[in-house]
Amino acid sequence: MREKIIYIFAAAAAVLLVRNLYVILLVLPDEAQQGPIYRIMFFHIPSAITCFIGFLAAGISSAIYLATKNPRNDAIAVASTEVSLAFATVVLATGSIWARIIWGIWWTWDARLTSMLVCWLLYASYLMLRRAIDEPTQRAKFSAVLSIFAFSDVIIVWKSIEWWRTQHPGPVLSIRTGGGQMNPAMEAAIYWNLLALILFGLVLVLVRLRQEEMRREIDGMRQMAHAI
Amino acid sequence: MQQTKQRGAMSWVGDVAVIFGKDLRAELRTKEALNASLSFALVILLLFSFAFDPSSEQTHDIAGGLLWIVYAFAGTLILNRSFVRELPNDCLDGLIAAPIPAWTLFLGKSLANFVLVLAVELISLPIFGIFYNVRWAQQGWALLLVLALTTWGLTVVGTMFSALTVNLRIRELMLPILIYPIMIPALLGAMEVTGPLITGKPLEGDLLTWVRLLVGFDIIFTSLSVALVETVLVG
Repeated sequence: MREKIIYIFAAAAAVLLVRNLYVILLVLPDEAQQGPIYRIMFFHIPSAITCFIGFLAAGISSAIYLATKNPRNDAIAVASTEVSLAFATVVLATGSIWARIIWGIWWTWDARLTSMLVCWLLYASYLMLRRAIDEPTQRAKFSAVLSIFAFSDVIIVWKSIEWWRTQHPGPVLSIRTGGGQMNPAMEAAIYWNLLALILFGLVLVLVRLRQEEMRREIDGMRQMAHAI
Repeated sequence: MQQTKQRGAMSWVGDVAVIFGKDLRAELRTKEALNASLSFALVILLLFSFAFDPSSEQTHDIAGGLLWIVYAFAGTLILNRSFVRELPNDCLDGLIAAPIPAWTLFLGKSLANFVLVLAVELISLPIFGIFYNVRWAQQGWALLLVLALTTWGLTVVGTMFSALTVNLRIRELMLPILIYPIMIPALLGAMEVTGPLITGKPLEGDLLTWVRLLVGFDIIFTSLSVALVETVLVG
């Protein structure tokens, strides 16, 4: 059943991505002020939203783990964090490329960029902490606590463009601005690509989850073999 | 009912005070972490004098940043010791088995660390003033407020993760990696306020926004830590 869901989601994500690439590259015109480089935001913004959703899912499932001590929730948290960290890397990379063209620099230390980098570091340290603890329940417990702490920074990243005057552009999506910031066709393309990336991320999480479960099974068998 | 509740609150204050007194006494008898932290702060101040021209006006502008890097690094030494000190003779197990809630243990330790880190800061501040020719005391009370607010934030996060890393093989490596990214909002706010305060600007306008950030940081992470420390220590 899980296999089938993974294949269906993967196929849907692939079809959507091809469709979106066609729209982004061939249908939509260049942006008036930025030229062709603006197309990178069709991946930048959806990746950012996807990674925040992933970190939120990791935070929630960490909290559930602490409440129920069900190892499945720990597996969901780690799978979700790893995939989201990959998306966060995409956000930082695409943002830098865009900045190099528009601002002329790869990086600037404004609140949005800095807090996003901090976010990346926090979740990277989450994965390092997992490596450092051998005992599975202790690992799950401590990394769940760290995940909840780390999520506070995700909120800062999200809100930073409202709290501080940043060089990073302000909100553009009409759900945050009330509309009028962006051409509806372009905004629609962002949402379509968001859907595609979320599906893609979900597939990765499910695959990683399966791997994590197999690993636990192998660990159990190994312990049993040792006991015998 | 009302009475037992009140007595409960009083006994919690008592528990926190006992842990606080114990930690402070243990540290002041050996002064291990305190001495290490102080001399480390001095060494970093010395190193910065090579990196930046100590007499230039520019250094005054980055004074806030310099100070907080020194404090964050030196403070970590104290925070690291906080739970490691309990490892010999299984003292940590004894503490956890004691009939007090884990969060009183945490608050007691946090308060002790707060006093120690603040002491290191207050001792190295005049030394910084002498070395870098900065008249830092013009806004003394405001500066003290910022020091206290930030240090509380740092010690709460630090004590929490000191508890979390105490049983790891590579705790000395993991603690800085975990706490510095989390501390960044507080450190950023402190740096933004401390610089202008040291040059004599009063605490108003934009600076108050940063103080509000510090207060928010303290409240959020104190409540998160108090809520989660039971899981970390007991399970």
